[in-house]
Amino acid sequence: MKRYSAWSLFQEGLGGQKGWRPAWRAAAPKARYDAIIIGGGGHGLATAYYLARNHGLTNVAVLERGWIGGGNSGRNTTIIRSNYYYPQSIALFELALTLYEKLSIDLNFNVMFSQRGLIIAGNSRHDMETIARLIGAMRLLGVDVEEITVDEIKRAVPALDCSPRARFPVFGGYRQKRAGTARHDAVVWGYARAADALGVDIIENCAVTGFEKSASGRVQAVETSRGRIACDKAAIVVAGHSSVLAEAAGFRLPVTSYALQAFVTEPVKPVLDVVCWTLATGVYVSQSDKGGLVFGGGLDLYPSYAQRGNLPIGASVVGTLAEQFPGFGRIRLLRQWAGIVDVVHDSSPIIDETPVPGLYMNCGWGTGGFKAIPAGGWLLAHQIATGKPHDIGAPFSLNRFRTGALIDEAAGAGIAH
Amino acid sequence: MLLINCPWCGPRGEHEFSCGGESHIARPALASTDAEWSDYLYFRKNPKGEHLERWRHDFGCRQWFNVARDTRTHAIRAVYRMDEQKPEPER
Ligand SMILES: Cc1cc2nc3c(=O)[nH]c(=O)nc-3n(C[C@H](O)[C@H](O)[C@H](O)COP(=O)(O)OP(=O)(O)OC[C@H]3O[C@@H](n4cnc5c(N)ncnc54)[C@H](O)[C@@H]3O)c2cc1C
Ligand SMILES: [Zn+2]
Repeated sequence: MKRYSAWSLFQEGLGGQKGWRPAWRAAAPKARYDAIIIGGGGHGLATAYYLARNHGLTNVAVLERGWIGGGNSGRNTTIIRSNYYYPQSIALFELALTLYEKLSIDLNFNVMFSQRGLIIAGNSRHDMETIARLIGAMRLLGVDVEEITVDEIKRAVPALDCSPRARFPVFGGYRQKRAGTARHDAVVWGYARAADALGVDIIENCAVTGFEKSASGRVQAVETSRGRIACDKAAIVVAGHSSVLAEAAGFRLPVTSYALQAFVTEPVKPVLDVVCWTLATGVYVSQSDKGGLVFGGGLDLYPSYAQRGNLPIGASVVGTLAEQFPGFGRIRLLRQWAGIVDVVHDSSPIIDETPVPGLYMNCGWGTGGFKAIPAGGWLLAHQIATGKPHDIGAPFSLNRFRTGALIDEAAGAGIAH
Repeated sequence: MLLINCPWCGPRGEHEFSCGGESHIARPALASTDAEWSDYLYFRKNPKGEHLERWRHDFGCRQWFNVARDTRTHAIRAVYRMDEQKPEPER
């Protein structure tokens, strides 16, 4: 791998930019791998990278049906934060945030992680009580959140309507300073390039269609659109398509697939230098480096594999944004799109071996797994390599739906599901 | 925008309805095992293709009914009442 640096940029500038090489090889599938990762999103690529880097397992392939990052990892609104409620979740999302803080250096790829801070506004007395309870729990566990007043919100987000006559009046809120955004494509490409450099084969246009099991029921090969590929272990890391692959492998999951929409406006001059979220509506917005306002809200509330959003939710999210940020109502919408997200009942991920021995999975991130990519990869790689869950990953077992030990973040942290 | 043909009110826009998830899930007997109970509570077919699901006409007659809808295209093949048999699978 040719390292990127100020020097390499300078050198290429002198040489007419002719020396750049593709960031990863277009590998053809080998007959057999020690581990096959199904799904070339952030979590799949990070799993492959940490398998190679942390565990020395390099005979690894990532099989991607379409192109790298064509799923949710390339479609999300890129908010990174760790303001969850339960200790298990905080351990997980703090691991992710800490890894993100060093990711550009670690991958030698600028993922443009900008810790611009997140502001969450409460819109009623009850929201303020919820906020007091949430940040109390988070602070006890070391998350850098602090309560802020309406005046502080007005100063930090002048575009937000905080007047007493606002449709969604602002009573106060809280802030996480270490939260922010990153460049989604860069996270995906950075992991792909770094994994490739360690010997991982990244194979695009290769859809997994089935599994071959040994007499004892252990996974021994995957069937793909590019033929059979033998493996010692495999992992399903396909977000919204988890149930489809689980069915192919012969088991069911507590997952429902929904479309989640996002929107971006035409670029405008800097108007918003934090991520802003309101509790009453679940609508959130940030401004990209190109100047577009990137925003989103709730799910389309019926199961979907159609990678497009529906009009009623789209209209409601756009209308809510324009209501809360009156000035934004005059900016033109540039694009709208959707990704298929994997929602589980307790809004917490599943990182575990499946009922099929040798077959692992990482799913259930729903609307919020971009922020967790480094941790999801780290923990799943640990379990694949050692055969045992990592301490931080262990609570996120599939078995919790049998034992009842759910980590109910939907109820706990008030996230928009 | 989905146009849903409520068995009682006729065709209405999707914003009048809410989806209640997979249909035809039978509640297990009280003597069921933990595994059966958790299957019932949490595990779902979640098919990429035709889904038999329950909908409610919230801003209308407020009745529950069933819909056979393709989750890839959102095309609705059948609408049927709670006490009606599910439609024959499409060939
Ligand atoms: C609109 C939107 C906004 C979001 N906003 C945020 C946010 O602000 N912050 C945040 O933290 N999270 C957010 N998320 C969630 C986040 O994007 C996801 O949780 C995360 O990207 C999931 O990563 P992944 O690698 O598991 O899945 P994906 O990136 O979806 O990757 C899965 C890959 O598997 C491939 N695949 C599927 N089936 C097969 C097959 N049979 N064979 C081979 N490959 C297959 C797919 O093509 C896909 O590339 C958002 C999601 C959406 C849709
Ligand atoms: Zn009706």
